[in-house]
Formats: sequence, C-alpha cells, structure tokens
Amino acid sequence: MPTLVSHPDEVKVISRRFGQGAADIEKYLELDGYKAVQRAIAEGPEWIINTMKASGLRGRGGAGFPTGMKWSFVPKVSEKPKYVLVNGDESEPGTCKDHVLFLHDPHSIIEGTMIAGLAIGSRLGFIYLRGEYRYLLKIVEKAVADAYAKGFLGKNIFGSGIDFDIITQTGAGAYEVGEESALMESLEGKRGVPRIKPPFPAVVGLYGGPTVINNAETIANAPHILLMGGEAYAKLGTERNGGTRLFGISGHVERPGVYELPMGYSLRKAIYEVAGGIKDGKKLKAVVPGGSSCPVLTADEIDVGLDFDQMGKAGTMLGSGGIVVLDETVSIVEFALRVISFYQHESCGWCIPCREGTDWIKKTLTRVHAGGGSKKDIDNVQYLAENMMGRTFCPLGDAAAMPTLGFVKKFRKEFEEYIDGKRVDTPLITIDQLVGAH
Amino acid sequence: MSTVANTIFSPELAARFDHLVTIYPLSRSALVPMLLYAQDEIGYVSDAAVAEIAQRLDLVELEVRNVLSYYSMLRTKPAGKYNVQVCTNISCMLRGGYKILDHCKETLGIGHKQTTPDGVFSLEEVECIGACCWAPAMQINYDFHEDLTPEKVDVLFQMYRDGQGKDVK
Amino acid sequence: MADVTFTVDGKQITAPAGTLLIEACKTAGIEIPAFCYYPGLSLQAACRMCVVRIEKMPKLQTACTTPVAEGMIVYTETPDIAQARKATLQLLLGNHPLDCPVCDAGGECELQDMTFKYGAADSFYAEPKNHREEQKWSPVVYFDRPRCILCYRCVRMCGEGMDVFALGIQNRGSSSVIAPNVPAHMSPDDLAHVDCEQCGMCIDACPVGALTSGTYRYKTRPWEMNHVATICTHCGDGCKTTLGVRSTSDGSEIVRGDNRDKSGINGDFLCNKGRYAFDFANHEDRITQPLVRQPNGELKPVSWEVALDHVGSKLRALRDTRGGKSIGVIGSNRITNEEAYLLQKFARTVLGTNNIDHHRTADYVSFAQSLAGHTGRTASLNDTLKAPAILLVGGDPTNQSPATAWNLRTDVRLNRARLYVANSEEIKLRRQAKAFVQLAPFGYNAFAAYLAGDNAAAASAASDSNALSAFRDAVKAEENLLILIGSELRGAELKKLIDFGLTIPGAKFALLSDYVNSRGAADMGLLPDMLPGYMPVGSPSDLATEYAVPNEPGLDMLEMFDSAGRGNLSALYIVGSNPVARYGIDPASLKDTFIVVQDMFLTETAALADVVLPAANLYEKSGSVTNSYGDLQQVNKAGDRAGVRSDFEMIVRIADKIGADMRKLVPFGKGLRADMGQSRGAQSGEADRHAVWLTANNLEPRLSPFDAFAILDEIQRLVPGYNILRLQLLSGNDQHLSPVAPTPLVQIGTRRDQVLPANDSLFTSGTLGRFSTMLGDLQQNEAQRLIQIQTAAD
Ligand SMILES: Cc1cc2nc3c(=O)[nH]c(=O)nc-3n(C[C@H](O)[C@H](O)[C@H](O)COP(=O)(O)O)c2cc1C
Ligand code: SF4
Ligand code: FES
Repeated sequence: MPTLVSHPDEVKVISRRFGQGAADIEKYLELDGYKAVQRAIAEGPEWIINTMKASGLRGRGGAGFPTGMKWSFVPKVSEKPKYVLVNGDESEPGTCKDHVLFLHDPHSIIEGTMIAGLAIGSRLGFIYLRGEYRYLLKIVEKAVADAYAKGFLGKNIFGSGIDFDIITQTGAGAYEVGEESALMESLEGKRGVPRIKPPFPAVVGLYGGPTVINNAETIANAPHILLMGGEAYAKLGTERNGGTRLFGISGHVERPGVYELPMGYSLRKAIYEVAGGIKDGKKLKAVVPGGSSCPVLTADEIDVGLDFDQMGKAGTMLGSGGIVVLDETVSIVEFALRVISFYQHESCGWCIPCREGTDWIKKTLTRVHAGGGSKKDIDNVQYLAENMMGRTFCPLGDAAAMPTLGFVKKFRKEFEEYIDGKRVDTPLITIDQLVGAH
Repeated sequence: MSTVANTIFSPELAARFDHLVTIYPLSRSALVPMLLYAQDEIGYVSDAAVAEIAQRLDLVELEVRNVLSYYSMLRTKPAGKYNVQVCTNISCMLRGGYKILDHCKETLGIGHKQTTPDGVFSLEEVECIGACCWAPAMQINYDFHEDLTPEKVDVLFQMYRDGQGKDVK
Repeated sequence: MADVTFTVDGKQITAPAGTLLIEACKTAGIEIPAFCYYPGLSLQAACRMCVVRIEKMPKLQTACTTPVAEGMIVYTETPDIAQARKATLQLLLGNHPLDCPVCDAGGECELQDMTFKYGAADSFYAEPKNHREEQKWSPVVYFDRPRCILCYRCVRMCGEGMDVFALGIQNRGSSSVIAPNVPAHMSPDDLAHVDCEQCGMCIDACPVGALTSGTYRYKTRPWEMNHVATICTHCGDGCKTTLGVRSTSDGSEIVRGDNRDKSGINGDFLCNKGRYAFDFANHEDRITQPLVRQPNGELKPVSWEVALDHVGSKLRALRDTRGGKSIGVIGSNRITNEEAYLLQKFARTVLGTNNIDHHRTADYVSFAQSLAGHTGRTASLNDTLKAPAILLVGGDPTNQSPATAWNLRTDVRLNRARLYVANSEEIKLRRQAKAFVQLAPFGYNAFAAYLAGDNAAAASAASDSNALSAFRDAVKAEENLLILIGSELRGAELKKLIDFGLTIPGAKFALLSDYVNSRGAADMGLLPDMLPGYMPVGSPSDLATEYAVPNEPGLDMLEMFDSAGRGNLSALYIVGSNPVARYGIDPASLKDTFIVVQDMFLTETAALADVVLPAANLYEKSGSVTNSYGDLQQVNKAGDRAGVRSDFEMIVRIADKIGADMRKLVPFGKGLRADMGQSRGAQSGEADRHAVWLTANNLEPRLSPFDAFAILDEIQRLVPGYNILRLQLLSGNDQHLSPVAPTPLVQIGTRRDQVLPANDSLFTSGTLGRFSTMLGDLQQNEAQRLIQIQTAAD
C-alpha cells in the first residue's frame, strides 16, 4: 500500500478524502459524496459546463486542454450515442497520482463521470484502468457496484428521469493506449494504435459516437468544482491555470510522494521544501518536471512555477505532474538511454519516424553508453530526434524526441565524455531484453 | 454472440465471459479483458484460449492474435506461478531498481522472461508500473511491493514460497 | 459535392470538396510520394512520406488524409518537405537490406525510386541490420521480412479488398511484423503459411519486394522482359493481365503475369489465375508437331504440309461423298471472336453444315432472346463497380468470376451499394449482402417464378418464406438494379427472371459464364440453330444473304455424339475443346468418325483423333474476345512457341486444302503479305503504334488471309450488335457490346438445355488447369490444409 505523505503547503481539494476510507460508499457520502451530481442534475448541462469553464481546470492527462471547453465541443444532438471515457491508463514514467486517487477516492471518479455525462448528454461512461492496476480495478468495481446498489447508477438516477451506466475496463500493458484515440481502439478490442485526427473524439469517438475523454484526476475534480464553485476553484491556482494538482515527486528526494499543490507553486520549493530536499544531502543535477517525456531542466532552471504556461516558457512541460529529481551522481547518458528504451518499447509501430527513430536512437545510445560511441553519434542522435519532432502520427514520437533533444543539448559534454573514453559503464540494458520481448 | 458448449475455462470464468460479451455496445470490447482473465486462469493465453475467445466474439483467430501480441502483459507461453515484475524505469532506476533486478536474478537464478525450474517464480523486467513515488517497486502477479531493498525482496520471496503471498485476481 | 478551388505549388486546382489532397494532386499531375496510401483502401497516414506544407498549419500535414478545402495553399516540394522525406527514407533503409540487385522488385520498387529521388542512400548506423530468413507462405506467396516497410497495404488489401483476412500485424513497435493466419507453431511443418484465396493481391500492393510471387522469384529482371497487355484466358470476366515475356531459343517464354498498369477492365484487381496460371503455355507436354494416326494405330509426328493435306483431302472427300450434314464441328470457349466467327463460317460455307456447337457454360441464346426489343439493358463489368444496388441470383463470383466479386465488394465498401444475394449455397459474397436468401437446392426456377409474382412457388424456392418475401419486397423497391445471373438459370426460367427485372426501372442484366470467350463463342454463332448475333438459322439476315448457309438447324453437341454412335457422323472437327472428357463420351462411339483436333495438349479428345494439330493458345495470338458481360477487348500476342499455329491460320489452311475460295472466306485484300506487327507480339511495340495510327485513319491494311483482323470488318458488318469502335479496341480499351436477338422471338423453352457449367474453383480451369503446374501446386496445398483441418478435428 503506497504511503501517504503530507506537507503544510498542500491545498487539499481532490486529496481531501485521502486516508479517510472514502472508498467505502457510506464514508464517501458522509464526506459530501454524491452531492455535486445532484446539484448538477438540478442545474442542468449549461450550468455544469459554465462552472467547469469558470474553474480554469485544464486536463491533468498531460496536454492541459481546458476541460470545460472540451465538454462544450460535444454536439448537443447526435445520431450515435455519446460516451464519457475516463483515462486511467496512467503509464507515463514518473507518474503515479491516479494510482492514489483510485485507491483512496474511487467514488469521486464515478461521480465525476456522471457529471461529465450529464454535461454532454451521455448515458454511458467507461472507466479504463491500465492492466497492471488490477487491485485498483477491484476497488473501482466495488465502488461502482455499491453505487448501483444505492440506485445512484442505472435507471433514473436520483429521480432525474436520466439513466446512466458505468462500465469498468482493463488494459493489458501498453503505454500508447493512454493516448486518447488509441485508448478507444483498445476499448473496442483492437490493437492500441491511435486514430487519424480529425475527426476528434468529441465528434467521432468511441464506437463512432461523440466522446469526452478525460484523465481520471480531471474527472475527479468535477464534483469538487461544482460544490465549491468555478471561481473559487480557479482562484486556488494561477491565471489560466485554475485550481490545484496532484504532483508526484520521485527520484532523489528525501520524502517522495504524491502532494496536492496549487497550480503555479514553485518547482524549487516543491523539491526542497515539500519533498524534503535532495536525498542524503547530495547536490541536485537535473529535474524531469512532468513525466519522462518532458525536456529536462538543469539545477539552475528550477525557479519556475508549476503551471502549464510557465513550464512552457521554461522550454519544458507540466505534463502528467510527475516530477523526477536527479542528484549529482546520475549519468545523464544512462538516464537518456533508459528513457528512450521505454519509448522504443512502447512505440506502437504504426508510423515510420517513431518506430524506426526510437529504435535507432536506442541502439546508438546503448553503444555510446557501453563505450563504443563515435563523435558523430551525438549529432546523429540529435538529427534523428529533430526529424521525429512534429512528424509522427501521434505525440508519442514527440514524447520520445523531446527529452532526447533536451539531454543531448543540455548535457552534450557528458555524452562526449563517454565517447572519449573518460567514462565507461557496464552495459545497462542489453538489446535483447526489450527488443522483441514477444 | 455465442456461449460455448465445450468451454476450456472454469464454469465461473465461462459464465463471466458469457456476461462480459453482453455489456458493451459492441461485444468485441470484451476482447482485451477476456484475454487477460483467460491468462489469469490458465497461466498464459493458450492456442485453445485464442480459439475459444475468437469463437465467443465471432472473430478470426488471426485477429485475436494481432491484438494479443500488442499488449505486453499478455503472454503465449506459461510463466511461473508467481511472476515477479521488477520496474527499472526512471524513478525506480534512480532508487536502485536495477539493484533489485540483479538481486532477483541472482536469488532466483534466472534472467528476464525466464522461469525457475520448479515453476514457482518467473522474472520480468518491466516498464513503469505507476509506483514511482514508492520506488523501487515491483509487482508479483498483480500485487504491488514498494520501497524495496534486497532484504525485503528475500522476505517476500520466502513468503510466496511458503504460500503466504497474496494473489489478487 | 461542390467544387473547391485551391493552390498547389502555385497552380490553381479545382476538385470536388472532400477529395483527398493526394488524389486531387494526382489528377492535376502533381505526384505526391506515398507508401501506405492505396486508393480505395482505408487511410493509414503511417508512412509519413506524403507530408506537405499547408499554409496556416504549424506542422507538415499528410496529403493522404487531408481533404481539399476552398482557398487552401499547399506546397508539395519545399526543402523542409524534402528533408522530412529523406529522413523517413533513411530510417527505413536503416534496417532494409540493400539487396536490390537480386530483389524481384528491383527496378519496380517504390522505396528504390524514392531513395533515388531524395538522395537518402547514406547510412549512419553502425549497428547490424536485423536479418530474418525469407518465408514461403504458400506456393505463390513468399515473404521477406527485412524488406517489409510496414505500410500495411497487404493487410488492408487482404482484409478490406479481398474479404479474406489472412494477413495481420503482430507485436508492436520495431518488433511489428506482418503475420499470416497459420502461425508456424500451429503448422505441421513448423513454418508459417497463408490459408487464403492465393490471389496475390498482397504482392501487387506491396511497394517493395517484401512479398514476392512464387512463379516469378529470381527468374529475371523487370527490364529484361517485354510487357504485353492481353486478356486472361481463365474466366468469363476477361481481366487484363500483363505478361512479362523473355526470348528463348524456341520462341518467347512468358515468365510473369501481373496487373502492371492497372489500366484494364479489372482496375486494381487480378486473381491468382490471371497472375500465375499462364504457365500451361510453357508446359513440357505441349504438342509442337502435327500428329497423324498411322495404320498401326499410333500417332506419328509429320510435317505441317502432310498433316494439312491429309485433313483437307479427307474432309473434302467426306463432304462430297456423305454430305456436309454428316460432318460436325465443335468450337471453343478460349479462342478469339475472329476464330470463332471464321470457324462457323468455315462450317457453314465450306463444309456446308450447321452441325456446329461448343461447350456452353451459360444460356446466352435465351438471354439474348429475353432482352429482344430492349436497348441499354445489358450491364458491363464496369457496372458491378458502380451500381447502387445489385441482385445476384445463383453463381459464385468469388470462385468463378473473381473480378466480379472484387467489384461487388468494392461497390459495397466504397459506395455503400446494396447487394441482394439469392443462392442455394452460402456463398462468400453473402457477407457483403444487405439481404441473403438461401434457396432450396434446385430452387432457382421457383425463385424466378416467385419474383415474377407466383406466390405459390415460394415453398419450393426457399424454406424461409418470411425472408423470401422481405427479399422480394426489398428488391422490388430498388431502381437501377443490376441483376447478375448465374448459369443455374436457363431457358424459360431465365426469361422469367429477366421479365421480372424489366419491371424495375433502369435495371440492367448480365449472365455469368465460365471462360474468356464463352460469350464470344455464342455471339459468334458457334451454335447449330443460331447464326452470329443470335440470328436464327433460316430466318432472313444480312449474313444469310451474303453467303449461302444451310437453312435447317444443325445437330447440337450431344446430337453429334449420338449421331457418331449410330455411325452417321463421318467427321468431327474439334477446335480447342475436350468434349470427350467434359461430356463423358464413350471412345468406342467415335470409332467410325474421322476426327481432327486442334489443341495444345494430348487431351482425352485429342488422344482419340486421327489428326492432331498443335495449336497456339490465347497468349500466343492476337484478336478480340468478349467477356460474360459483352465487353469486347483486344488480345495481344505475348508468348511464342516454335511449331504451333493459331487456330485461325489452321482453319484457313484447311479450307485452302479443301479447295475453298480464300478471298471469300477471309476478305484480305489483294494477297500481298505484310505483317503490320500484330503477329509479332512481344517485339511489336513500334509496329503496333504504326498499326494504331493506320487504323485511326482508316488505312488499316489487311494483306494476309492469316491476319485475324482481316475478318473483323466482316464481323463488324454482319453481326448485329458488334458495331465495334476500332480505335477503342486497338488502343487496348474495353467496349461494351450488346447483341440481342431480333424480334419477333423464337420460342424459348422448346430448346434442349445444353448448359454444362464448368464449376471451376479458384484453383482449376477446365482441361487447361491440369497443365498449369502452379494451379496444381495450389490444389495440393489446399488439399493438405483440408487434411490438416480434418485430422485436427478428429
Ligand atoms: C503517448 C501518450 C500517452 C498518454 N498517456 C496518458 C495516460 O496514461 N493518462 C492520461 O490521462 N492521458 C494520457 N495521454 C493524454 C491523452 O491523450 C489525453 O490527452 C488525455 O487523456 C485527455 O484528458 P485531459 O484533458 O483530462 O488531460 C497520453 C497521450 C499520449 C500522446
Ligand atoms: S509486406 Fe509489403 S505491403 Fe505488406 S506491409 Fe510490408 S511493405 Fe507493406
Ligand atoms: S501516404 Fe500519407 S502517410 Fe503514408
């Protein structure tokens, strides 16, 4: 069971019920559970969407798209049924926030799904969890069953005359399935390969029907926002970055954990105060601020606020909120190799630049790391990454290229040291381990 | 969608599958869960399981194999009773994930995707399992084990050997 | 859709809104490179080669998925686009074996062409390439994994296009691989295989040499072949196939068949027979010398002169002593129209007999008579690709007319056409059908009656009467219905179905038959009671007034054999047909008949002959053929075999030996010989162009009696419905003809049913099939698979 942490700087909105047994429906009800959805029924779709817009909530899945706006894109009338899809595929390395949410407050996700359904006029929601989260799926399944038993789900919810159902679904091991359209493919029983866009899911999504897809944390915010009011929520954060967010701080810090901090909170403080500073008194070398796909920040680039816009200005991304801290002992080459190995393993293989690009970068870095590099390898890696950027079928290619470019550009010297034989490590990953794993 | 007369699955699982194909707007949506649950019961996705699942969903077997081979948790060869999956992705790596992996290799005497001769354990190096803040971590079957040290791993293995390990399904 | 105007590379282009940019550009002559895009198949956007710059868009966009929009400004060749494409190619080449010099696709490879264009040949990878052994998936399909660029064209072609789904994609990322439906571990020989229709469309679609053909692998280089477009001999669809021909010491050998430029009536499609089953032409059992039976009963090779003399004098003597009516003539479904026409003219005017027939695979006489008095009611093969609704009664196009099946599937997929299938079997096309009704065995007649309004017939038509009535209602509600009819319907029942169809506004009809010129054989009057163009024997017609023909209908095929059995048939002249095997004729019944056979092989029929003349096949001659639908196309000489002659030439020479007036038989001008190229086949490029020009200007010379085109004028002039556009024909285009019988009608239903469908499958082709090694291999392959399924089931 993951340990719960806390810090005085935390502003607990979404984590309010953590550690209080709210997975139990009675406890959840005691803690204001299922009030928001009743309010939503009373006020109607327009009010829900306006409140969400006012909250300034931006998607917690990575891209930070404004949630209220996303919901408003769904056509009011549609021949095909509309769907709500909760993305609980959480697989971006460095990210484990949805994990805690499913564990401690599954009903908030169910309630959020219902609210999204009411907002867009959908009668069926899906909660998709990555296959590895089996024990969490059990918890969510039980929560859904309890909600049905109470009559909160199913026919005529809360006497509204509206029916709403929720189906829970499991994946089976594939990072790419976190990408929204690949998730829909997976949920339709297919290979997790993304779809051509446009059309976007809001228009043609799951089973061809208009679909709202949101990250689990995004969805879980909805009941809180409806209860506290959009403006109140927005005020917790910074401009155009409303509210708070679950940040997972991992790596070389004294107190790793998932903390709920207001948007815009200082990255430096998050590392040095909230997470207790660098482990064992070592020095900070670098930070990967929002999951492995975000370009790395060096130790002197961390005076930046944790919101989508400030991170963008700093040349990186807020991403999935997974802050990975690297101390001075870390070999960037080794780290870069581990990152690209991940994307190589997880590339769906659909498009050429991603499939081949990740493979060649991995092969080259494997050799460089093992001491067999040559001068032009660094340029080659950079060339490959640059030629993947913006050219792939889905953003996974960018997710692989961006961090690679960051490492090579900001830590070029370290790569040169390996090539000049000043640093040699034992091979980290042999190719046969991850290539052709099947 | 058909219910299958001579199912290879236990009555409970067969009944679960009968139900599963009915709940989705399109029955094919049951494919990935079915493959995973079939593996949970049989230990891997056997040819017979592929055939029956194809039949249940009215798909050609090739199509089932196309999907099956995409997902990294699904396997077509048996694994040990307890599949030890050690995460070595970045957060775990920074906190000794590789040390844990090496320790597992050493104590179990097997490598990546191998199984101990007694069939009790198999070992796999896996990508991020979503336990980054409690690194280094691993899963034994579906159970998470966090903040690992080699010593903790030894204790765990002993527990499982003694039949006291959890086995979430 | 409304048109939109946009700019590509500074050029204004107009196209219907919604057109894909890549297609709109292609139409405007701007070629955008693409690996994964294939017209008509689902979109992939996977290869990223088609990237273009569109103003106001931050990233490069894929032209294969972008619909054109008003005012769009597009650039297709800027430095950043070239760089993107170059990088993609470099990535592909990183693992692609550079074995182009021995690769079958070398010289015809899209990857090679792109690499040449974008200069991506430099490799900067130090790692070794992944090597994998090539795999034999079937006798005709080989897979070389490292060459595969994962464009998924083959997978889509097999699934969407063929409705076979024998190919899939397995694993993911750089381990992704195209996988066939019989995995190695489930195969007795531990090798992966395809269980499929063996059409070879995957090979056709493959832009590189990852999928190669069992017949062609490592045989030659593309540029060492001459490519001759001609018509496949195997089924009634009449697909264009391009034969790759190489010179040999005794002629020229066909080494490859494919759908090279996709310009034929068959569009994208070619089945296994059109693609591989040309190999009968190279079979070692071919007869290449005339054979004459000796007093000791043996067939002995003799010179052409001796053989023809013998045939001529013998036929003349028998005609003069026992009368022309004692002689029978049997024609073929695989000879050209010119040959068929000449053969009936020869029978009727030189031998003086109407005893002429052929192996009928569909009742075209009743078809023509049922449509008498109607114009514009016969469908062309093209209609199967465009019709909004189709009724298919009987037949099994998937196996018997694969191009028809392809077109119907395509029509359903791309145009949402409504397909209605009525069949006594669960044929595969029912999977595309909006409605399928399973008829009782032999229920076709009742079904036709039921459609026509006879409700009492329902019980004998099908067991499910509700389905039947819903089916009829749906069909009756259609307009512009295309009605395709299998050979199960004949005579009065065929007419009943057509009469019903004629009540549907805009309905069109086609009757499906078996071989390349089954329709032509009937059109050209290889019938005892019909002159060419379904003019009844004895009725006044242009043809009958131009040359005297006997007034009485002759004997049909079965009557001829009956007559022989009674000792009344003095001679039988058989051209390209094997009736002895087909109709199970007792050899003893032919002992008193002088038999001449023109054929490629010593068939059951030829083995009984007194004279066997070695014949050229359809791939070794020029002329025209007419498919089941009435689409006329030109055949061109590709292969050549020393020692053999065309049926046309043999008929003329025999007529000459009999003493006939050559100028009357073949109107060939003043007797000068000048080969304008038609007979030279593969080497004739220049001469052909010359001939086309001459024809276009009405100057086409007809100088030799062996020039099959010499008789085309006469066909055009005398056969109703055959008003051929010469230039259309000679430039390789198809042309729809619809000869229908003249009114007043001849009574349908009093004629004996003579139709004997060939019931060929994808791996058989009448007598010819057994001389195709490839078809033999495929049959064996199929048999083994069935045994495996059987044993697995036991
Ligand atoms: C390769 C890739 C992986 C992704 N993985 C996840 C994921 O695991 N969880 C998630 O919520 N979003 C993931 N996303 C983002 C989703 O595509 C999508 O933007 C998100 O679910 C939308 O929800 P939001 O608006 O609430 O953020 C991923 C995107 C990409 C390109
Ligand atoms: S085999 Fe050919 S057609 Fe099929 S995916 Fe590979 S390259 Fe494409
Ligand atoms: S043709 Fe457009 S991406 Fe392949």
